[in-house]
Amino acid sequence: MLDYIAQRLVQAVFVMLVVALISFSLFQFVGDPVNNMVGQEATEAQRAALRERLGLNDPVPLQFANWVGNAVQGEFGVSYRMGKPVDELIAARLPATLELVFLSAVLALLLGVPMGVYTGLNRDSWLSRFFLTISLIGISLPTFLIGILMILIFGVWLGWLPTFGRGGLVDLGLWQTSLLTVQGWSHIIMPAFTLALFQLTLIMRLVRAEMLEVLRTDYIKFARARGLSQRAINFGHALKNTLVPVITIMGLQIGALLAFSIITETVFQWPGMGLLIIQAIQFADIPIMSSYLVLVALFFVTINLVVDLLYYVVDPRLRVERAGGGH
Amino acid sequence: MIRTGLLMASAALIAFATAPAAAQDKVFRYSTTGDILGLDPHNNNEGPTNTMKSNLFGRLVHRTPDLSLEPDLATEWERLDDTTWRFTLREGVTFHNGNAFKANDVVYSFERQSQDSSDMAFALASVADVTAVDDYTVEITTAAPDPTLLLNMPNFYIVDEEYMEENDAFEVVAGAGLTNFANTNANGTGPFRLVEWVQDNRVVVEPFEDHWGYADRMHNLDRAVFTPIANDATRVAAILSGEIDAMYPVPLQDIPRLEGEADVSVLQGPELRTIFFGFDHHRDELLDMPGSGENPFKDPRVREAFALAIDKEGIERVVMRGAATPTGSMIAPGINGFQEDLNEPYPHDPERAMELMAEAGWGEGFPVTFDCPNDRYVNDEAICTAMVPMLERIGVDVTLNAQTKSLHFNKIREHDTSFYMLGWTPGSYDAYNVFQNIITLDGEAQGAWNSGRYTNPEVEELADRIATEVDEEARDALIHEGFRIHKEDVGHIPLHQQALAWGVRDDTVEEIIQRPFNDIDLRYVVMN
Repeated sequence: MLDYIAQRLVQAVFVMLVVALISFSLFQFVGDPVNNMVGQEATEAQRAALRERLGLNDPVPLQFANWVGNAVQGEFGVSYRMGKPVDELIAARLPATLELVFLSAVLALLLGVPMGVYTGLNRDSWLSRFFLTISLIGISLPTFLIGILMILIFGVWLGWLPTFGRGGLVDLGLWQTSLLTVQGWSHIIMPAFTLALFQLTLIMRLVRAEMLEVLRTDYIKFARARGLSQRAINFGHALKNTLVPVITIMGLQIGALLAFSIITETVFQWPGMGLLIIQAIQFADIPIMSSYLVLVALFFVTINLVVDLLYYVVDPRLRVERAGGGH
Repeated sequence: MIRTGLLMASAALIAFATAPAAAQDKVFRYSTTGDILGLDPHNNNEGPTNTMKSNLFGRLVHRTPDLSLEPDLATEWERLDDTTWRFTLREGVTFHNGNAFKANDVVYSFERQSQDSSDMAFALASVADVTAVDDYTVEITTAAPDPTLLLNMPNFYIVDEEYMEENDAFEVVAGAGLTNFANTNANGTGPFRLVEWVQDNRVVVEPFEDHWGYADRMHNLDRAVFTPIANDATRVAAILSGEIDAMYPVPLQDIPRLEGEADVSVLQGPELRTIFFGFDHHRDELLDMPGSGENPFKDPRVREAFALAIDKEGIERVVMRGAATPTGSMIAPGINGFQEDLNEPYPHDPERAMELMAEAGWGEGFPVTFDCPNDRYVNDEAICTAMVPMLERIGVDVTLNAQTKSLHFNKIREHDTSFYMLGWTPGSYDAYNVFQNIITLDGEAQGAWNSGRYTNPEVEELADRIATEVDEEARDALIHEGFRIHKEDVGHIPLHQQALAWGVRDDTVEEIIQRPFNDIDLRYVVMN
């Protein structure tokens, strides 16, 4: 067990380093941040001095080494655009993004699973067909378009919901949440639903397919033969067995939600990390871009690690194989 | 912990429930694409940021919407001799924190703004010294006669010496560095005071009731909230739904949509920025023609052919949907030194252009890379794309290289281009700024943005004289001559001034004065 974890951890560190290196070399192509930092009237001498102070004249490998060295000590540098420490900036934006991602994941699960079960059980009903059609839209339309359509319908035409931003915040000390006020909910519901739609349809289709599969298996037939109620069969036996892959997929999809939140946040002007990174890219704000990519990589690596460990716990065969190998 | 959370939540709910009571307040909410860069008035030289700074900080002189100058902290001024100006300061003015404004604050602000690290130092580049004669009189001495000193004064922001010293904020910290106190706090003498700035989220200001001009103010605001909204569609939706009262820029394709809306109107007017194209005048061999040993742009006939090949009216009509003013001048009307008779654009005459190309020996054409930004000016990439067939018609083999502004400006500053697009607003609102930055090369601090290295000895000489000529009429004649020669040379091809387009809600906003800058001066906003 310890061996297994250690091996995974070494892999994780390696992945992180590779991500850092790739992202860092990419930034050599985003342009010179100095031109964005000073106005058009700044002299060449002022520009050169700034470039020197930021260490932009050092060779790229040295810049990378410096950056990794500082990052290991928890120093992620200072944003070029805002002149504030990157970790502070990210810490300020993280709650907004995590709340959005959390709510989206919950929405996707709470709506996706029942819809999947229903369509699995009632394959030919008109409601199932309706759900499936909706899910096609969810899967095929790009997020930004769905977001803009929702803004148009609920924000502009109906005027029920605010069209942008985050509001109704309650300060809990370290964390500002928008989930405690009506106003906060009115701001978060559209972006959360937009972000959730793809995952929702994915989960629905996954649950449906799994349900159809499981309902054909022998133990369901035997359960029927035993005279168990439909309810006990469908939810006690069938659904339980479909949920394992759903949970696995959902774990991985949380990473995707974080990544997709860039687009959703841009459309709704949601002040989270996605918006921060988009603005950083436009400004060629290298410290923010590097830190963001490494952070996202860290999320993915951690989630993967957890999932790997879960496999180990859930799947007895894995344990036996390892133990039996003995080398 | 949970309990405090609940308490706070109920407190917030109560606050939420009582919020509508305050709705009678005149709160002006407006939005544009990006946030202000910072609050340090002596840094962050960028249009929208400078405007926010001028809401918060006083200057000796204020620029009105029609671009004329009016007294702000200085009530009157006179030129004592060619290099010395005396300003009489307004008495009884206080900073937002209650400190009194005196001459020492002006001297201190000069010292702070003229540091090397200050991005605003350009405005005081010609100033040698500022001295306090008494508490309410200062003298500004320039190193050489400077006819544009006054024009630069609206960019000279006055801070409170005592306050800055208390907070150890003398040094201007640009960009990365330790977080700078001055960049996150503001204590000026402006008509508005800062309530809060949540970066990338909102800037909230309220009128400063002890402002010297409070009684005669034009605005009637109780509060103004500035929110950056980057996405065009979201910004349009926000004004349609009434969540904001004004926003800019309106994307060109949405202008008819907003105008069709009952409660929204679109204010349009020309901006001061001139969009133009430049050539590589310098290299002996064009970057795109390695081994040929030739640079066709050295031949004025080729440059003229390019100027004639571009259908400026077509671009204005189709690409800009009417939201542009074709121009023949490198500076916009309203800039000091604008020459009406030189403003006629080069005509569109492809036949003549082809003849010129043939005369110059390039009838078969030549290859050239056309460098363009794609996120800087209104429809920049679309303009460049439209120009490709126009130039191909006269035989030029154009490769369009449209890219993000940080990459584009890199190329521009390193002269790494043969043919490029650029836009320019003279920071001092004076023609000399364009001479200095764009169309001369040889002097100290000249040619910073002269990417194609255009130079003409006559223009160079005229520019040096314009810099120090204090007689207005003589100076204007020199400017005219300089621009005339530059135009004859086809040094650059001016294209147009893009139009400003602001969306304003008629049901909440009674009046808003549009200035030829793309941002809102809160002094000129009146709500219903």
